[in-house]
Amino acid sequence: MSHDGPHAKLIYMANQIAKFMESKPLDQGVQGLAAHINDFWEPRMRRHLFEVIDHGGHGLRPLVMEAAPQIRRPAEAA
Amino acid sequence: MKDFIIPDRDFGTPAAKSKQMVTLTIDGFDVTVPEGTSIMRAAAEIGISVPKLCATDSIDAFGSCRLCLVEIEGRNGTPASCTTPVAPGIKVHTQNSKLKQLRRGVMELYISDHPLDCLTCSANGDCELQDMAGAVGLRDVRYEAPPAAEMATHFRPKNNSGIANPNYIPRDDSNPYFSYDPQKCIVCSRCVRACEEVQGTFALTIEGRGFDSRVSFGMKSDNALASDCVSCGACVQACPTATLQEKSVIEIGTPERSVITTCAYCGVGCSFKAEMRGDELVRMVPYKHGKANRGHSCVKGRFAYGYASHKDRILNPMIRDSINDPWQEVSWAEAMEFAANRMQGIIAKHGRHSVGVITSSRCTNEETYLVQKLTRGVFMNNNTDTCARVCHSPTGYGLGQTFGTSAGTQDFDSVEHTDVVIVIGANPTDGHPVFASRLKKRLRKGAKLIVIDPRRTDMVDSPHIRAAHHLALTPGTNVAVVTALAHVIVTEGLFNEAFIRERCDWDEFQDYAEFVSQPQHAPEAVQMLTGVKAEELRAAARLYAMGGNGAIYYGLGVTEHSQGSTTVIGIANLAMLTGNIGRPGVGVNPLRGQNNVQGSCDMGSFPHELPGYRHVKNDNVREIFETLWGVKIDNEPGLRIPNMLDAAVEGTFKGLYCQGEDILQSDPDTKHVSAGLAAMDCVIVHDLFLNETANYAHVFFPGSTFLEKDGTFTNAERRINRVRKVMAPRNGYADWEVTQMFAQAMGANWVYTHPAQIMEEIAMTTPSFAGVTYDLLEEKGSVQWPCNEKVPDGTPLMHVDGFVRGKGKFINTEYVATDERTGPRFPLLLTTGRILSQYNVGAQTRRTDNVVWHDQDVLEIHPHDAENRGIKEGDWVRLASRSGETTLRATLTDRVNPGVVYTTFHHPDTQANVITTDYSDWATNCPEYKVTAVQISPSNGPSDWQEEYNAFAARSRRIAAAE
Ligand code: SF4
Ligand code: SF4
Ligand code: SF4
Ligand code: FES
Repeated sequence: MSHDGPHAKLIYMANQIAKFMESKPLDQGVQGLAAHINDFWEPRMRRHLFEVIDHGGHGLRPLVMEAAPQIRRPAEAA
Repeated sequence: MKDFIIPDRDFGTPAAKSKQMVTLTIDGFDVTVPEGTSIMRAAAEIGISVPKLCATDSIDAFGSCRLCLVEIEGRNGTPASCTTPVAPGIKVHTQNSKLKQLRRGVMELYISDHPLDCLTCSANGDCELQDMAGAVGLRDVRYEAPPAAEMATHFRPKNNSGIANPNYIPRDDSNPYFSYDPQKCIVCSRCVRACEEVQGTFALTIEGRGFDSRVSFGMKSDNALASDCVSCGACVQACPTATLQEKSVIEIGTPERSVITTCAYCGVGCSFKAEMRGDELVRMVPYKHGKANRGHSCVKGRFAYGYASHKDRILNPMIRDSINDPWQEVSWAEAMEFAANRMQGIIAKHGRHSVGVITSSRCTNEETYLVQKLTRGVFMNNNTDTCARVCHSPTGYGLGQTFGTSAGTQDFDSVEHTDVVIVIGANPTDGHPVFASRLKKRLRKGAKLIVIDPRRTDMVDSPHIRAAHHLALTPGTNVAVVTALAHVIVTEGLFNEAFIRERCDWDEFQDYAEFVSQPQHAPEAVQMLTGVKAEELRAAARLYAMGGNGAIYYGLGVTEHSQGSTTVIGIANLAMLTGNIGRPGVGVNPLRGQNNVQGSCDMGSFPHELPGYRHVKNDNVREIFETLWGVKIDNEPGLRIPNMLDAAVEGTFKGLYCQGEDILQSDPDTKHVSAGLAAMDCVIVHDLFLNETANYAHVFFPGSTFLEKDGTFTNAERRINRVRKVMAPRNGYADWEVTQMFAQAMGANWVYTHPAQIMEEIAMTTPSFAGVTYDLLEEKGSVQWPCNEKVPDGTPLMHVDGFVRGKGKFINTEYVATDERTGPRFPLLLTTGRILSQYNVGAQTRRTDNVVWHDQDVLEIHPHDAENRGIKEGDWVRLASRSGETTLRATLTDRVNPGVVYTTFHHPDTQANVITTDYSDWATNCPEYKVTAVQISPSNGPSDWQEEYNAFAARSRRIAAAE
């Protein structure tokens, strides 16, 4: 995996999930991807993911961007 | 050897399985038994013990000793009761003057060739020969040798004139745990039959005939250690005399009491009797009524318990300010205060999400429950994870998605009804030996075997067993192979339509069928990629689909991949396609690594779910615990182990309580793990030994062994087994007490006084455990969850009348190549595994005599790849990947295909995980241990990293001398 940028690993992980979800019908894939990240990613990880998404999602597969509106934004740090 | 503490009656021959009942009379008493029962067993059922030597109920009768003779009215002669089956209405006599005389004659012959040193014999009081001499009333031995011709014996080292007796064979002490003393052998062949029938290794034979016949470990030159023997102990168990005996009994003497408990090594969960004298453990004997093992064991559970009293064990708590300081031994109170202060300091400064816990798959359910409760209810976050992350987390995800439960579907007994077995990515003879023995027994009776594994494991080809198909796939291509199997089943119309229509979602099936039918999933299309011949794969698919009851057993070779979860889903798809779910002999069965992996997952060790696999986002679930604990539980998932380490490196995760795990050695990419640990301000390690992780720890809580505490383990069949305390904890406290003290120091008001109370809390909060109590376990021995009002006796088979989730769910399984690819710099694929005598990271087994079988990790390499690189058998080689490099010795074997190399990871010196990368399963982050691209070259010795690390470890393990 390329270790460029602070969030390279997260981008990689999100894309891995996307590759699995891409073999489903589109709406199920979008929903499945968002649900997976909501269920398993700790807020810190989601916060970092949104840092990428909010800057245009460079490096993310299209399905991740498509699912982004359904991914829960973490509450501000407690 | 006979059971003499809690006598488990020996019925002489195995139980018959027939439903047809037969009534007969024995010594005037009526008895009704299943057809096919031996007369010996029928007599034993009504309490009549016919004298016997060569029969025991773990193996089939052989009828060689002629001691068990009986008379049957109206029949001629005196048949052997062990080999004669019952018949309706027959009248049997077990004792009359004729029989008495015959038996005495038999015993006289045996005793005439047996030493008479009973008083000093190690089996004194535990010898069936002695008992039988008493039982038949033998009073003298009349065979007197004439003075001129001395009588030939097997037990006199020299004859009277001082000449060596050629028939005398000295004792073989080569096995570290038991000795073989041929002079005491009565050649009953119980050992030979136990090795064949129970263990399935065929290491023993009887050589010679008549007076010359002797038990032998394979070839004449072999001693026990050099032979095929795997030291399972079945022969020792079966031997009626002192011939095969535990060395511990020879050293200590016979035990005086026994306690039933559960092996703490692997996910088979064998039941044992810990046989004690005072608080000294004399031996561990597999428990006949244990439902997982049915009286069998492997070398680890049977013999490798010496680590409990090993000198390396740490018995006092220790602290230090920095990991560069030597350790200071302190009192428990001081250690607790120090640890709590540090943790509270971190929380105050960095917030409640900056700390977390790792639960142990070696500890009990109760202990694991408390550790996750510590983080959820005291630290106030969900940062809990467990080593199951690095082994079977994809099982939880995959089976949860498709079937609705995160566990295997069958009990181990189910294998007795299987016709076709697929073993995929598992090496049961090494990883799950007792299950392997049960599987082999079934295979010898005719079941067919398909092995899917890059390596030619022992299952593929071993005595009396040969796999029908071995799909030797390229590491990392599991999904492609499993999907191709489904392609064949669907396109050739071999699926079970009735089952799918009734039990699964038909629309989803059609979608799935369309997906797998695509030509790119055909065996011919993926052949280049997977290295599996299309014809072989098609034949295997047909066999599984059409061969009768089909069962799939899989292991870490499935889960530890970047597509681990996808493969688990693919396996579940195969079972649903063929209707192989919901009855004995079928199913999907993960073979769990550590003893309590199942339990640690059940108990809410994962950061996204509370006990019973219920997501933390569900308000109603959190409420149950919130009400009971009086706290507010975080509704966001916590960090997984790799995420914790990432967050530590990033600086937002600072404190960790790690119970009974050695993440530095067991987790991938050692350098990343050590960087994460080094970045933390408080690492608390709770373990038996100063493990590798402890090199980075600030607090060390000494742990207790399974012999020193009460609790439960849950095995791979979802079976909840009791662990019972047989001696006081040498470190002072059981692990659950230590966690409780720490929670109290952090301000919690926990007041458990016995693990039974923790189980009460688990039952109260977790529906699948609702019916579980220690009283129930006392009564039933063990129970398989779910166990609740609906199923008060537990659940041996899952999904019998329908899937737990409702309809079974087919999910498409697209193959995605791992990014870990070979290339010019790293042209070979490394895959990893384990071997029988060692366990996981080896912390325990390395501290027992098991090291005689495996004193270092070696690299298996195909002779062709070795020759290209100028590597010879036994050479040091440098093994390098993108992540790092290490050195170890090479062994040349064609068990691996060209292009593939293999090693184990039991020894810290090897640091095999310096090599593995941080690629992981897409769904669960389970690391990809099974595929790493590597290069190999000759080397002179340990790498710089190994030497540096060893120096660091030695420094880090210093303990300051007490003032
Ligand atoms: S210990 Fe087990 S493998 Fe070894 S000879 Fe005895 S029964 Fe066979
Ligand atoms: S070693 Fe024991 S079990 Fe084996 S033949 Fe001799 S007496 Fe029987
Ligand atoms: S290690 Fe596993 S197979 Fe061996 S005795 Fe223990 S539980 Fe049984
Ligand atoms: S016990 Fe029946 S012949 Fe030996």
